[in-house]
Amino acid sequence: MQFPTLTSPHTERPNQVDQTMLMVVLALIPGALAMIWYFGWGILINLVLAAIAALLSEAMAQKLRGRPAFGTLRDLSALVTAMLFALALPPLLPWWLTVLGAAFAILVVKEMYGGIGYNPFNPAMAGYVLLLISYPVPMTTWLAPSVIAEHSLSFGQTLTAIFTRALPAGLSWDALTSATPLDSMRTQLDMNYTVTEIRESPLWGAFGGRGWEWAGNWFLLGGLFLLWRRVITWHIPAAVLGGLLAMATVFFLVDPDTHPFPLFHIFSGGAILCAFFIATDPVTASTTQKGQLIYGALIGIFIYIIRSWGGYPEAVAFAVLLMNMAAPTIDHYTQPRVFGHGRLSDD
Amino acid sequence: MLNIAATDASARKIHPLPGGLHLPDNKHQSSVRPIMQAALPKRLIIPLRQHAGNPAEPLVKAGDPVLKGQKIAQGEGLISAPLHAPSSGVVSAIQSLPAPHPSGLSEPCVVIETDGEERWAELPAPMDYRQANPAAILERVRAAGVVGLGGAAFPASVKLSPRPGDGLHTLIINGAECEPYITCDDLLMRERAAKVLAGIDIIRTLLQVEKTIIGIEDNKIEAIAAMRTARDLAGYEAMEIVVIPTRYPSGGEKQLIYILTGEEIPSGGIPAQIGMVCHNVGTAAAVADAVLEGKPLISRLITITGEGVAEPRNLEALMGSPVADLIAQAGGYTPKANKLILGGPMMGYTLFSDEIPIAKATNCILAASTAEAPDPGPALACIRCGRCAEACPMSLLPQQLYWHSRAKALGKACDYNLFDCIECGCCSHVCPSHIPLVQYFRFAKSEHRREEAEKRKAELAKRRHDARQERLERLEREKKEAMRKKQEAMKAKKTAAGGDAGDAKQAAIAAAAKRAAAKKAERATQGEAPKNTQGLSAAQQRQIDEAEARRAQARKTAHSEDRARPAAATESPPQD
Ligand code: SF4
Ligand code: SF4
Repeated sequence: MQFPTLTSPHTERPNQVDQTMLMVVLALIPGALAMIWYFGWGILINLVLAAIAALLSEAMAQKLRGRPAFGTLRDLSALVTAMLFALALPPLLPWWLTVLGAAFAILVVKEMYGGIGYNPFNPAMAGYVLLLISYPVPMTTWLAPSVIAEHSLSFGQTLTAIFTRALPAGLSWDALTSATPLDSMRTQLDMNYTVTEIRESPLWGAFGGRGWEWAGNWFLLGGLFLLWRRVITWHIPAAVLGGLLAMATVFFLVDPDTHPFPLFHIFSGGAILCAFFIATDPVTASTTQKGQLIYGALIGIFIYIIRSWGGYPEAVAFAVLLMNMAAPTIDHYTQPRVFGHGRLSDD
Repeated sequence: MLNIAATDASARKIHPLPGGLHLPDNKHQSSVRPIMQAALPKRLIIPLRQHAGNPAEPLVKAGDPVLKGQKIAQGEGLISAPLHAPSSGVVSAIQSLPAPHPSGLSEPCVVIETDGEERWAELPAPMDYRQANPAAILERVRAAGVVGLGGAAFPASVKLSPRPGDGLHTLIINGAECEPYITCDDLLMRERAAKVLAGIDIIRTLLQVEKTIIGIEDNKIEAIAAMRTARDLAGYEAMEIVVIPTRYPSGGEKQLIYILTGEEIPSGGIPAQIGMVCHNVGTAAAVADAVLEGKPLISRLITITGEGVAEPRNLEALMGSPVADLIAQAGGYTPKANKLILGGPMMGYTLFSDEIPIAKATNCILAASTAEAPDPGPALACIRCGRCAEACPMSLLPQQLYWHSRAKALGKACDYNLFDCIECGCCSHVCPSHIPLVQYFRFAKSEHRREEAEKRKAELAKRRHDARQERLERLEREKKEAMRKKQEAMKAKKTAAGGDAGDAKQAAIAAAAKRAAAKKAERATQGEAPKNTQGLSAAQQRQIDEAEARRAQARKTAHSEDRARPAAATESPPQD
């Protein structure tokens, strides 16, 4: 009898890229729903727009490289990029900015470097930073979370606002929008208010901004799901949050009046999303275990530094991109000790 | 399981492996049936290379009758092993046939048509190893063709002769059998524990070690119990039987030694460097057979398993039995049979045909169904997820090795310790992109070895060339010197005698002819005989012949060096 020949191992493989990515998509859903709940339909519309733009860009790039267009769509990595990107955007961002950013993320940041696995920078964060630098005003125009907002837009009104910038009669942009907790904390601290005074505003919940802190909790849930399914390991999330918390605690203890309490930093902005979903992007992170701890901790530290003293109140994207650059170097210096190397001299 | 560990008197600390995998062990399929003696096949195909090192040289020719246990081939050189006829019959041919080898290439084999009479050759007398001279025991083991039965098939006698200064203190016996599906060591320990222990006692007597540690994975409860009972019966209290957690690849030599002692074999080294030797339980049993019964290694236990066979089980099979015969005795194929794997699923290799015979190193035939061993599908790009590094028992960074192997940056791959890779397959198994990582590493290793060999050859050639150049220059100088002296002498003569010019000229011609002949002869001794070899003197012919013989010898050595690693030589580059 004749048989086919193949190389070892001859096993059913437990892991698959598309399954891993699917887990990430699933894990993002609770947090995404919370965001929609607190910030309205705009979040959903952003997600859909970004997904369409990212998937089309990916297909186009594959086509240009003469590969089957749907080949890499199936691995769902473009969808994950689109979701992470969209979840960082303000709810009423003009549609074309969303599309532009997503297309840039996929075409330039990912595919120009060779596609999945080769991109040195996190595409979602690079796309976000491009928009933030080029269009700072719309990119920082956030809606007030639904729990404290006086007005809320229907789905149709949101769609109109995103595509035509037209608001329903009687509503002005000023009435709708509100600074993010990070933003208002920063501006008011600059105006010499103390943290306690700032927190008297109804914007604040138990740890961070109302609405924001709850979205953070739901992302945390998704992150724990990823840990449980062993899609990610604990190293990077623990290091990011640990680094951020350590910085925040030190400065809080030095002067609690001008430095918000540590948990504020964890539950504001994208810190949790970053720790579990963005910094853990395997392609752009450090791959050794020791390296991941250093990589994560430095992201946490940079988030604090940029939030406190940088030009932008939200720092996750910058911190991640900075550390993306450092990842190969970190890897190089944190190689594990290979079995059988360097033991003999010890004894 | 816990109380099993607790019942052993010794509380040896277990050192957990870095990396490794917990795999579904799939052992019960074949371990539920007792060992069965395989029926005698009509034809036995004995590959001349069944061991690491040089192939054996046949001592028989087509048409010769052979007796069971008769030596039919002798080991060539230090690292080699003799072969014996597994049954009586007639040698029908010595020819190249597909051999059990990853490359699937053919190798010279002795083919024996069995006569069914099983007539034994006269065997050497049983030995009392406690009284006998160690050299005699060693010679017995060597002559019986015993090789490591754990997989590497390294001639056992080499690892049984302690060299002065080795300072061996610990004998490690490998009963881990960590690969899924394989149960031949398990069944051996269950059913023949006394023999295994006798073999271990012979080995420890030979090696004069203080400590003997037997490592068995905790999924072999019956084997552990059987070994403990047999040990206590035989009074070998000093042999520690240690239960280790089931985790692939705990049966790797480096891994097992680490698990049991916490000591690491230095990179590129052997256990003797840290005072240890490691033998497999199967090898111990074969040593016992050779010493206590005079039996050469002509059969072994082999697991026939997988969803592709009807009655998975262990067979005591003769070396050289075709795979198809053994499958038939395990109930034949089921319709699910899709792949034929020699060895386990993690490190075994696929056979293209079941006509191929088993050899000393064959421990398992896995007839796998599509569900058991699915085609992994096309590889995707590496997403640097690091799972491979997490799983690697050698703490390597397979993703970096892959990157450099793929780019053929072999030097870089070596910087990332390519040669520490034990090819266990853990990395490939967990890779979500289904990259055939191990295949890349095997390919990179063989490429690197080839390049090194070429470099060595080129260096040798350069040295030879330089030496020749120097010699020629020296000759030239000497010639000039002689010429100058002669001219001076002539001048002196002329001025002295004023005649005799003719004689001097004749002498010069004769001298020149002599020089030319000498030079020619010298060239011949350097293996560069001129193409025109007619009309040579007997001495010159002899010199040429000697040179030819030397060259042939050199070619042969180089060739056998290549062939010592045929896997490497024929490893194909992975397809992207
Ligand atoms: S497991 Fe595969 S995809 Fe992940 S880092 Fe290793 S080689 Fe790359
Ligand atoms: S095959 Fe080599 S690189 Fe892969 S896990 Fe095993 S030792 Fe590590």
